[in-house]
Amino acid sequence: MKQSGNPHSALRTPHSADAAHLRIVFVGHVDHGKSTLIGRILSDTNSLPEGKLEQVQRACAAENMEFEFAFLLDALLEEQEQNITIDTTQIPFKTAKRNYMIIDAPGHKEFLKNMITGASSADAAVLVIAANEGVQEQSKRHAYLLSLLGVRQFCVVVNKMDLAEYSEVRFLEIEKKYREFLQTLNLETNVFIPASARFGENITARSTKMKWHKGPTLAEALDGMTPLAPPTDLPLRFCVQDVYKFDDRRIIAGRIETGMLQVGDELVFSPANKTSAVQSIEHWPITPPEPSARAQDGTAIAGDSIGITLREQIFVERGYVGSHSKDAPIETNRFHADLFWIARQPAHLSHLYTARLATQEVKCQIVSLDEVMDSSSLERSPTKADQLARNEVGRLTIQTRAPIVLDNHDRLPPLGRFVLVDDGMICGGGIIHGGIYTDRGAIKSKNIFWSEGKITAQARAAQHGHRGAVVWLTGLSGSGKSTIAQALERELFIRAMHPYVLDGDNVRHGLNSNLGFAPEDRVENIRRVSEMAKLMADAGNVVITAFISPYRADRQRARAIAMEGNAEFIEVFVDAPLEVCEERDPKNLYKKARAGQIREFTGIDAPYESPIDPEIVVQTNQQSVEESVASILERLLPRLK
Amino acid sequence: MTTTRTHLDRLENQSVFIFREAYHAFKNIAMPWSMGKDSNVLIWLASKAFFGRVPFPVLHIDTTYEFPEMLEFREWATAHYKLNLIVKINEEARARGIGYETHDPVTVTHELKTVALQQAMAQYKWDALITGIRRDEDPTRAKERYFSRRNAQFEWDYKDQPPEFWGQFATTAANGEHVRVQPLLDWTEVDIWRYIQRENIPIPKMYFAKNGQRYRSLGCSAITKPITSNADTIEAIITELETTRTSERAGRAQDHHERNAMQKLRAKGFL
Repeated sequence: MKQSGNPHSALRTPHSADAAHLRIVFVGHVDHGKSTLIGRILSDTNSLPEGKLEQVQRACAAENMEFEFAFLLDALLEEQEQNITIDTTQIPFKTAKRNYMIIDAPGHKEFLKNMITGASSADAAVLVIAANEGVQEQSKRHAYLLSLLGVRQFCVVVNKMDLAEYSEVRFLEIEKKYREFLQTLNLETNVFIPASARFGENITARSTKMKWHKGPTLAEALDGMTPLAPPTDLPLRFCVQDVYKFDDRRIIAGRIETGMLQVGDELVFSPANKTSAVQSIEHWPITPPEPSARAQDGTAIAGDSIGITLREQIFVERGYVGSHSKDAPIETNRFHADLFWIARQPAHLSHLYTARLATQEVKCQIVSLDEVMDSSSLERSPTKADQLARNEVGRLTIQTRAPIVLDNHDRLPPLGRFVLVDDGMICGGGIIHGGIYTDRGAIKSKNIFWSEGKITAQARAAQHGHRGAVVWLTGLSGSGKSTIAQALERELFIRAMHPYVLDGDNVRHGLNSNLGFAPEDRVENIRRVSEMAKLMADAGNVVITAFISPYRADRQRARAIAMEGNAEFIEVFVDAPLEVCEERDPKNLYKKARAGQIREFTGIDAPYESPIDPEIVVQTNQQSVEESVASILERLLPRLK
Repeated sequence: MTTTRTHLDRLENQSVFIFREAYHAFKNIAMPWSMGKDSNVLIWLASKAFFGRVPFPVLHIDTTYEFPEMLEFREWATAHYKLNLIVKINEEARARGIGYETHDPVTVTHELKTVALQQAMAQYKWDALITGIRRDEDPTRAKERYFSRRNAQFEWDYKDQPPEFWGQFATTAANGEHVRVQPLLDWTEVDIWRYIQRENIPIPKMYFAKNGQRYRSLGCSAITKPITSNADTIEAIITELETTRTSERAGRAQDHHERNAMQKLRAKGFL
């Protein structure tokens, strides 16, 4: 753009120094004096609109009420009048050193949902604890949730010291107890301030009643905190938002989450694992207005929204993550996380969600829920539940339908956190832990199947998270094959695996509808089932067959067919004595056989040849369906990895 | 090699990020453009995000009470930025005689702005609108999100809004709904001026004082009053803003016609 021909160009003088802003979230147990503290800060830093203090004081006098600083906050927000409550509010204030933004939300049950929006971008937190009541449930809960959201700097105000006779002993007691708690959350060294918001002790002015306190006032402590610096010292993560071809340039647009990027850098794009060098960082206007604060020096750092062109035209799309080949992220389809849930509908193990991590979006399932945190005691306990309720935090494992690029949260927060989305709504957020970094060169040879070549069984297994297999159930009529097959299918399904049951019901009516029950027809029936199972296993499924399949030779052939297709074959003998099966007789077949209405019925007038060396045996006259399925799973799952 | 960023750099980065998220998320998107200062900062940021072009239509809701200087600016800027400009007038309301001469400002604003916008939405079926609202403008805007859903009646359910965190937004709209995308939400009035100054962004001259008066916020000519001011440069305007405690929209009559006017306008779909 040519500035000279611009008749609307504003008159210019160099802009004034740009003061750093600090965003602080205020939290605390209900009635511990958070609103009073905010009102006091606004008042003592002269941050209130003109006449507001006097107006509220006059209103109190007219109502014959004692003035309280908490009223200032209410008056300022006009919450009653506006009828807008239950959400985050942002209130600015200033000290001599810098500008602040206070993020405030009511400290009740809806805390998490309401707080997330503002608190997740806070530089620091002020946590209010009343000296008379000490550390309470919410004092802990809020700190824990803020630490999950990514807040690292905490300033603890022990308020209402006037109600504890300004006692150093009481202050130290609370400090000790709470400091120990914060340490369990791995939070940074924290400032503790004894204060009385009501009387303005140690807020902006040093208290004369607590001369024993050698530390800072609240204002000093806040001024001593640092705005979150752009994480330039971490490895590069350039998350692609889009690829623009508005003109002859092909611009890869996105944001640098961490690290730095320079023209000429060789970048690896995950998950494709293709490399190319940065040819340019694109800008508009091409010539920056002078004096611009923004340098165009071929460098971009964490936080920058940029666009680059590449030297070699490799395929890149939204969701790809650019890094340097050294310190590349993890590429996986399975990861461990701590997940907090905010949707009304609980999180379910078998439900299909969309995970969003930076600009990536993949379908996923929670495949195991190991621990749930009690929201009041903060204790984790192992769980057998298959769902996570609103406001609960669970430790769990997630499996994705496509590879996802991530980092451990403690190493690189922006790529270590994700949200789960259901029906377009963000339902929860999680932080990732325990991922294993591998050498990117090694990954390249191992994972090359993501982008090129024939789809191998190994590639399918990697995408599905398990190998294909044939689980062959054999046993007498009434031994429980179909029941177990279905229960087993369900167990695998909720683990995000791909099981399918083949049984008489879905084979006899179609594929084998031309076959009867004569011995040669039975042999052909089993042969076709074996071939079918092989194909499905080759496609990556866990095929569970539920046929009497009484002849050893037939089962051996089924195994051989599966082996030809490189599929795992697992023979499961569903064992129950004939008397038990005959007693159960779910389809009245034994009665008909005994009555001579059915000929060549296995166990009555046709033989059943028990397996000699099956992989798994379950005895359904001694084990319940759940126990049988559990014992199959125990042996089966390791074979599917 | 520069490895520090200013407050304005951070705001710019975030706004550009939001522009690109919105452009990716929505097939059919438009940007209302009032030619006011915030609106022109939006055009500027869009040009940055998309490297010199605004790849969606800009919509001017023409109330027919526009300042001539603003219309002149509109023509100049449309050519300058090569904008795809759509002008929308609620002809039906004008035909019915709706106007400031005969009706109260809330009614006129609703008819000539909100209803006009609804007519344009019905015609073009946009699933998202990029707007220039800022959190510091008005208490009702303090609760806003970057991506804020409106139902088919344009209503805003501010009591049950989805959370926004870690750069993730609610980017879907059901049939008939649309999403308001608000890239300037975190900017303050002073930030806008500092940025206009830093980037040398073209704006209408009416913001600068002439004969002891200037416009701080620009709306319909019939109901927008200038403030007393000698601020004829951006630096002077910034100095003025840093010392004043009067609200930005004090000169906009429709906000003050009755108690909670802004709240009522916004609940009905006003920007």
